[in-house]
Amino acid sequence: MSHKREVMIYTRYERFWHWSQAVLVFTLFFTGLAIHGTHDLVPFGLAVKIHTNAALLLIALWVFTTFWNFTTGQWRQYLFKKGVFRVIRFYAWGILFGEPHPYKKSLQRKQNALQSLAYMTFMTLIGPALWSTGIAYLLYNSWSHYAWSGTGIWAVALLHTAAAFAMGAFVVVHVYMTTTGKTPLHYVRTMVTGYDSIELTEVEEAYIEETKSTEMR
Amino acid sequence: MSPRTVLRVVAFLVASSAIAAAVAGTADHSRFDVLKGPFATAEDVTKACSTCHTEAAGEVKKSIHWTWDGTNSFTGQRLGKPRIMNSFCGSPISNEPRCTSCHAGYGWTDLRKTPEENGATVDCLACHDGSGTYKKTATDAGHPLYSPRVIGGVTVEPPDLAKAAMSVGPSQRENCGACHFNGGGGDGVKHGDLDSSLTDPPRDLDVHMAADGANMACSTCHTFNAHIPSGSRYMTTAVDPHGLDLPHDDHNRATCESCHGTAPHAEAKINDHTDRVACQSCHISEFARGGVATKTLWDWSTAGRKDADGKPVYIKDEHGHLVYSAEKGDFAYGENVRPTYLWYNGEIEQTAVTDKLDDKIKDDILTLNRIGGSPTDGKSRIWPFKEMKGKQPYDPELNTLVVNHVFGKDDSAFWTNFDYPKAIAFGMNYAGLPWSGKIGFIETRMYWPITHMVAPKEKAVPCSDCHTRDPEGRLAGLGGFYMPGRDGSRLLDIVGYLALFGALFGVVVHGALRIILSRGHRS
Ligand code: HEM
Repeated sequence: MSHKREVMIYTRYERFWHWSQAVLVFTLFFTGLAIHGTHDLVPFGLAVKIHTNAALLLIALWVFTTFWNFTTGQWRQYLFKKGVFRVIRFYAWGILFGEPHPYKKSLQRKQNALQSLAYMTFMTLIGPALWSTGIAYLLYNSWSHYAWSGTGIWAVALLHTAAAFAMGAFVVVHVYMTTTGKTPLHYVRTMVTGYDSIELTEVEEAYIEETKSTEMR
Repeated sequence: MSPRTVLRVVAFLVASSAIAAAVAGTADHSRFDVLKGPFATAEDVTKACSTCHTEAAGEVKKSIHWTWDGTNSFTGQRLGKPRIMNSFCGSPISNEPRCTSCHAGYGWTDLRKTPEENGATVDCLACHDGSGTYKKTATDAGHPLYSPRVIGGVTVEPPDLAKAAMSVGPSQRENCGACHFNGGGGDGVKHGDLDSSLTDPPRDLDVHMAADGANMACSTCHTFNAHIPSGSRYMTTAVDPHGLDLPHDDHNRATCESCHGTAPHAEAKINDHTDRVACQSCHISEFARGGVATKTLWDWSTAGRKDADGKPVYIKDEHGHLVYSAEKGDFAYGENVRPTYLWYNGEIEQTAVTDKLDDKIKDDILTLNRIGGSPTDGKSRIWPFKEMKGKQPYDPELNTLVVNHVFGKDDSAFWTNFDYPKAIAFGMNYAGLPWSGKIGFIETRMYWPITHMVAPKEKAVPCSDCHTRDPEGRLAGLGGFYMPGRDGSRLLDIVGYLALFGALFGVVVHGALRIILSRGHRS
């Protein structure tokens, strides 16, 4: 027998990290586009100030989160899982016709295969591309005396801009995907409260009740 | 206190001690018998000064204020008014008693010879008069008036030399301004950042010289060492890595960095600019801000027009500015002018009267002073300039500029005879230079570095004046380097926006399909 129970699957730190990252990335994208010259809703000088500070906060957050991911073992959530194509097929097609999700959320597997792949890309490609070029951009004056610095700053700025566009596209799709739960706001509510209803085996249920390894209601 | 605050305090003390020295002294010159006069000539005043200041005149004679002669150590070019052409009056040669009225001496009547060969003497009062009454008259080779004279219909009295002699002290803004505010023949004409509004400027106009600002004199920054001034337009310190100049340092405070150091801003990103952008570029947003217009165009080619009665034509605009003069041609003026920005490493290649123009002409425009610098030479910063447009007589066959004899009571001077061939024949003959006999007019440009009229920091140019895609941006025309906010890659932008809006479009379509199809399920 298995039961559906409301279990805390996103701890307080995870939620804090997720939402502060969301705010920072949004801020960085918005001010980044102001720096880029796309819009002038914030004046350039202010945009640079906000962008720099938000970037430093984001880097700090990422350092902490990487630490958290490794100490808690949560990094395993991001590992490659089989069945990506089934998930892709589901989102492209099945979902339109009311097919069930090919993936079941479980305590040990919070993410489906596509999510893992997407977040892995985020963490190992887009993120590093942004912070590495961003830091190089920020520290331009410490390498501006080299003969190649003219081409260098151009390349750094272009890579940073390219990564920012990738980040923007990622966020658009990511935000849309949050509406694909049971109800359009289901996933968002989960990320706010931390609780989701998960099918637990009796053993799991008993284990959680006994050890209080996570909150359950 | 942070190191920056300490530097500020030191800089302030240096500046205020310089100012204090300017007001307090231990000698009251009005009590020296030798200065009580009466003086028949201004030269007698110099003699009186020299009884105590025995070395002063000798020092002055080594300075550019006296020699009008210098060699550019960057380019090796020999410079000075008698050799270099500008887009205002052209050349002072053959126009001496008028043009040498601003010489720091008396009696330089022939520029083909040195002042000493002319038997000229040093003028102490021009720089040290404290009475405000001493004035070199415009046409007497540096002398003041000695008897009343009718000038422009008004009787002008000669200055009281004894009064001037007893008033002497350190140079005030008015002293320097008497010549330097009036370059090009009138108030504010030449530089754009130097005019009579700086005699007593409001703080917004000049934060350094305003009485409620730092109340500095010109010489607070243009430090004099044995009567040799520091700071030069011919050989500009475009980047000053030396930074702060403390007392007894290099005695040259003519750069901003001398007092402000190389990292004067609280914000690191702003300090990051100081290696590539001159302080002036952000802190002097516009020149000619004091209510005095500066000349921006001088077209000599139209000069000489007369009306039906044979009288020379003069036309003024609604502000009372002469926009056409039969003596000089067409003029245009500017107030609150946004500077032109160029990469500048301090090297300026001037055009001498004797220079062949071939490689200085591009697209039919002659650049009279080529500004050296580039984004990649490691020695340049972006500097603000006043761009002066001109059209000047030249010799189209020998391809040189020509000496225009404009001033004098003879039958050739252009300002009285309005005859170019005669005036130029006289000028070239006087200068001893070859002339084909042909006269053409060539369009010219001249660039004057802007460095005065520094505004308070609240009035600095905002970042977005340069960091913008707007084709009107201040640095829109300055290529060759990447600047955020202005530059980018067109291709990357297209791909980027396509990805972004493609994603947006995709999810909207997908969402719509979900909604529509789910309705189909339920029914
Ligand atoms: C993670 C750390 C980040 C750092 C250290 C960083 C740093 C910087 C710096 C220094 C600049 C140049 C600003 C200037 O002109 O001084 C910049 C520009 C920009 N940033 Fe970031 N940034 C980061 C993250 C992001 C993120 C997450 C985004 C977007 C989602 C982003 C988008 C942009 C864009 C579009 C530009 C304009 C590039 C250009 O046109 O040259 N940045 N960033």
